[in-house]
Amino acid sequence: MDIPYTTHPREDTGLYNAKVGIWLFLASEVMLFGALFSAYILLRVGAAPGTWPMHLLNVPLGTINTLVLIISSVTVVMAWASLKMNRFDRFKIYQTVTVLCALIFLVIKSFEYYDKFTHYQVTLADGTVLDGHVVTKDTNSITLHHVKEIKPQSATNTVAAPVAAGAAATAEQGGHAADGHADDHSHGERKIMFSELAKHESGRLKMSNFGPWHNTYMAIYFTLTGLHALHVIGGALVIAYLLGPGTKMWFSDPERFTNRIEVSGLFWHFVDLVWIFLFPVLYLL
Amino acid sequence: MADHSAHSPAAAASAHKAGAHGHGHGHHDVAKEVRKYLLVFGALIIGTILTVAVSYIELHPHWKNIAIGLVIALVKGGLVAAFFMHLIDEKKLVYGVLGATVFFFVGLMYITLWSMEPGSFIRLKQPAAAERTATQK
Repeated sequence: MDIPYTTHPREDTGLYNAKVGIWLFLASEVMLFGALFSAYILLRVGAAPGTWPMHLLNVPLGTINTLVLIISSVTVVMAWASLKMNRFDRFKIYQTVTVLCALIFLVIKSFEYYDKFTHYQVTLADGTVLDGHVVTKDTNSITLHHVKEIKPQSATNTVAAPVAAGAAATAEQGGHAADGHADDHSHGERKIMFSELAKHESGRLKMSNFGPWHNTYMAIYFTLTGLHALHVIGGALVIAYLLGPGTKMWFSDPERFTNRIEVSGLFWHFVDLVWIFLFPVLYLL
Repeated sequence: MADHSAHSPAAAASAHKAGAHGHGHGHHDVAKEVRKYLLVFGALIIGTILTVAVSYIELHPHWKNIAIGLVIALVKGGLVAAFFMHLIDEKKLVYGVLGATVFFFVGLMYITLWSMEPGSFIRLKQPAAAERTATQK
């Protein structure tokens, strides 16, 4: 039996079934991301005043990624419009650009993640906090470069540390281009023996990279952008399939194929839409 | 849609019936749509540059930065939803589904904020002064 309403609209809904399906799915997706945005608000509003890290991420890279996703959103809708105008050749060009944009986005995101995993913050026994990128790390020492030294504050504790980290990272991230304006400690490498480090009460060394475990900001950052990146991968796979083996439907049932492109496009626009909110919330504000 | 005014009503109606994708645009209409897509594209680029530029100006208090950033994001998101996702001209059922989603999304944000600032969003009966200081702690 044929699947009903792949092209003809159902009388009661006025829509072909896949469109009802994708909108119901997107509605559930809104709530999925909504739950995590809610977690973000809880963490941010609940953070002690002045401790929420600001400008910790690389804004130029984030901006480029925003533009990349916007371009891909336009090419997706243009691909659909091309099919509507019976221009299969243009459809293929547009969707190729879309898939390339998805790949560029993921590559840039990987660089950003890598930067965070090699970015360390260590606390010395005297309370001095050092912040820099790891060169080497072995069983009893770590070597950092571009080290920033954050002087111990009157009340050096776990609450104060993230502020300092945020400030240091601003100078550093804001960018690699403006290394010059950092303080005297910023250049050169520094080897730190683990014996010099302060310890947590549990005995664990006060040393961590900016992975999800670093603070609540990094945790929600990785959760939100990680889930979003999974959506980019999923969407790109579907679009790539419909650009590759999936194209044969264009020659057998062009209307249904066009609808598939529209539905996959709706998902892709949603992924773009989520990023439009993630970018200011995580990078700028 | 306004686009249809150029055609006779009958032609527009039959185009709607023939349109299997629920829109019923002919080639001519799609070409018109394409111009809109490009305009939206331009607006999204400008919005992105604007939101980055504004973020470098530190306003006091900081919530003004947050408000501006979110308003720009809402406008950009609205453009994507309205034009790229065709929500400006969609069937009732989709609006129904999204209406419910908006309700629950806004509700979720509402209870999130309310949970952190009890009394500031929904005014409950004022607790007695002693009780108030106890709960604030």
